[in-house]
Amino acid sequence: MKLTVDGVTHEVDVEDDMPLLWVLRDELGITGVKYGCGVAQCGACTIHLDGTAVRSCQTWAADAEGAEITTIQGLGTPDNLHAVQAAWVEHQVAQCGYCQSGQIMQAAALLADNPSPSDQDIDAAMGGNLCRCGTYPRIRAAVKTAAANLKGA
Amino acid sequence: MSRLGTITRRGFLVGSVAVAGGIAFGTYTVRKPHANPLSADLAQGEAALTPYVKLTREGITLITPRADKGQGVYHVQAALIAEELDVDLDAVMVDPGMPSPAYWNTALSTEAAEFFVPEAGTMQDLTIGAVNAVMKTAGVQITGGSTTVADQFVKLRAAGASARETLKQAAAVRAGVSASACQTDAGQVILPDGTQVAYTDLIADVAQMRPVQDVPLRDPSTWRYIGKPMQRIDMRAKCTGTQDYGIDAAVDGMLHATVLLNPAQGAGIKSFDGTEALKMRGVRDVVPITGGVGIVADNTWRAFQAAALVEAEWEDSAMPAEMDGHWAALDAAFTEEAQDSRVRDDGDMDAALEAGSAIETEYRAPYLAHAPLEPINAIVRVDDDKVEIWTGTQIPRFTQTNVSRITGIPAENVIIHVLMMGGSFGHRLEDDVVRQATEIAMQMKGTPVKLTYSREMDMTHDYTRQIAMARARGTVADGKVESFDLGIAMPSVITSQMGRQGLPASGPDSQIVAGAFEQPFAIPNHRVTGYRAAPLAPLSSWRSVGASTNGFFYNAALDELIHAAGTDPLEERLRLASDDVTRKTLEAVGEMADWSGPMGNGKGRGIAFTKSFGVPTAEIVEVTATEDGIKIDKVWVAAEVGTVVDPVNFENLVQGGVIFALGHAMNCEITYTDGVADQDNYYSFEGMRLPQCPEIMVRGLENGDRVLGIGEPPVPPAAPALAGAIFAATGTRLREMPFNKFVDFV
Ligand code: FES
Ligand code: FES
Repeated sequence: MKLTVDGVTHEVDVEDDMPLLWVLRDELGITGVKYGCGVAQCGACTIHLDGTAVRSCQTWAADAEGAEITTIQGLGTPDNLHAVQAAWVEHQVAQCGYCQSGQIMQAAALLADNPSPSDQDIDAAMGGNLCRCGTYPRIRAAVKTAAANLKGA
Repeated sequence: MSRLGTITRRGFLVGSVAVAGGIAFGTYTVRKPHANPLSADLAQGEAALTPYVKLTREGITLITPRADKGQGVYHVQAALIAEELDVDLDAVMVDPGMPSPAYWNTALSTEAAEFFVPEAGTMQDLTIGAVNAVMKTAGVQITGGSTTVADQFVKLRAAGASARETLKQAAAVRAGVSASACQTDAGQVILPDGTQVAYTDLIADVAQMRPVQDVPLRDPSTWRYIGKPMQRIDMRAKCTGTQDYGIDAAVDGMLHATVLLNPAQGAGIKSFDGTEALKMRGVRDVVPITGGVGIVADNTWRAFQAAALVEAEWEDSAMPAEMDGHWAALDAAFTEEAQDSRVRDDGDMDAALEAGSAIETEYRAPYLAHAPLEPINAIVRVDDDKVEIWTGTQIPRFTQTNVSRITGIPAENVIIHVLMMGGSFGHRLEDDVVRQATEIAMQMKGTPVKLTYSREMDMTHDYTRQIAMARARGTVADGKVESFDLGIAMPSVITSQMGRQGLPASGPDSQIVAGAFEQPFAIPNHRVTGYRAAPLAPLSSWRSVGASTNGFFYNAALDELIHAAGTDPLEERLRLASDDVTRKTLEAVGEMADWSGPMGNGKGRGIAFTKSFGVPTAEIVEVTATEDGIKIDKVWVAAEVGTVVDPVNFENLVQGGVIFALGHAMNCEITYTDGVADQDNYYSFEGMRLPQCPEIMVRGLENGDRVLGIGEPPVPPAAPALAGAIFAATGTRLREMPFNKFVDFV
């Protein structure tokens, strides 16, 4: 099957029901997408499917055919940060950083949908993304900064 | 962008000594001399100035040997070197280097002590066997301090200074001027006439020189990095998905594996049948390993799927069948025969209790998983005469020894690449995953095998935090706490952990009473007794180790005595405080929160104080009792660390520690049925999520004279401060964690 990831189309030969997470990580080497729980409990594997945040551990490869798949590595790069990534760097959010790919993808989808999220909106959108290191206060602040910067842009 | 973000990736993929080629500087001659580990791998035109600074034509590399589990120590170590070396942090490369005796406090015993009680300072000195004698002193002095941080704090700056002066000397000799007339800035030596000579142009010169030693360190008032908010060097990579962790590493020709272990942790396997699994697409082999089966495939998911098809017959667990049995073992340990230590014994407790006790209470704390978000993993390739390992670990040198024993290949031929860790909290002080990957790789020589645990395997086969129980009594008079008797029972974490490394353990275990026996409170009659319960589930160090349970027991019981005395929990702690830094820490947190007694309106506040790892830490938690349950609104933290190296990272770590502790206190426990953990993923072991996260105000105090680490100290006081707040808001006393057994949280 053909999968379009971060603007590049790849031919992959995998089972229909292989979770996109493992296609991305093990078949395509896109390891910015993280495995944390495999059962939609942590959000570390969050990507965008046609702009919507989804858990790639719960998305079948076959269901992503024809869709625009965006990973953290396609959102922005170290030299060309997305506004959400820039806000994350500004607030020095990460500790171990393992959850942050998913946190950032979740936040970017939230802001694309809702440019001025309230505290409740942020809580509701980010509640499914676990951070075992406890960076939540900084995540909250960074989402607000990113929202402000995106509006100013 | 800084080149730092890419350095670890290079270390992962190159797969050989990441520092290969270069000059390397150090203070190692001030201690026992060790061969400079960088020298062996220097290529032509490269130089190693100390084990911490390497110059190559590509630039300057700072070696930061302490493993980074997410707490930013790569960054802190680099900043300490740069402070004296005069380089800009965004213009150098950083590399963890290879495990080497030069990077440890020279002796294995120190690594061992660090391993059992990570960064424990005073407690670290209390290795089993010597515990009684040292504890007597420590119990009185309580000077504490994390020797690891303190040690690095001086050593790395000294390495930077030595390298700088050596470079100056080299430039001066070449130009025929005096070294003292030269300056340094941004990776350059500046000659008296203003000519700039890049450090990297001096490689050939310094390679011939003995490093300048014993250079005086700069005055704190001139520091450029220390104490200032820093941009962590790994931040961009971690925010762009370009930071490679162990689980992301790849080696040519690598296969993916997972393990199926006896669901009852530690019990063996009788037989297995891999026929069905072998029929699955991509599955290469199903092989026996100690206590289970290794499943090897061409993709991690295929290995996970195949593992579910392996049929196995397992041996029975030696653990009690039900949790009641575990608690009964703790209950049975409160005896004279099981007494492990009684280092704190002020006044005359027996006499004080003759007329009866104001409280007779019992407290419990459950087993807990570490559950860092990155499941454990390792790549191992076994060749005929050599083993190569890629993994995120806190114990590389133990692992070298263990793998050498398993393979029969000498330890010097066991090469280990320490990779970035997606959290640890103590989880990566164990090396089962490497041992198992080695057993699999031995059965497919020459092929690198990447073993990844599923989350379920990771959680159910974690070596958990100790289960523990405490009993308290005491007396009050005239609105004062007069006596406080605390007994704590738990199995020995240290014995369990040491046992898995084949090391003997004798004598009392300091962790059974850590966070209680050494608390700086002058209560006229005060006794803390440790009781050692029989081994139950295998245990390991969990963020703040013994203090993670004992900080709760101590503060919760003290609160009940203070309540019986009819006085204020902050005021009474202040009155009892036996030293100045403790008093200042308590005053600071009270001032931050504007503490002024009961609040009303369904709101309540609790305060707790624990000195652990040498760091006096006071926390206040504020909650509201809503119709749907307890809402945690705010937390204030004051912690005394001597010097705050990076205020931003400091705040992040303290907030994280509080969230970690509150989350587990709210809703986490591991329970065992027939030796099998009942919780296997985050839906049953959740911790705190963002919507529940309170506002957390942090203040780092610098009244002490030692530089101390902050990774663990925020943990112990959080749970008891929450319990105190819930009591103030609702009148319900919580004596057992997790609290959601008794109250709801919103
Ligand atoms: S790995 Fe997909 S939600 Fe946890
Ligand atoms: S930063 Fe470590 S899990 Fe979030």
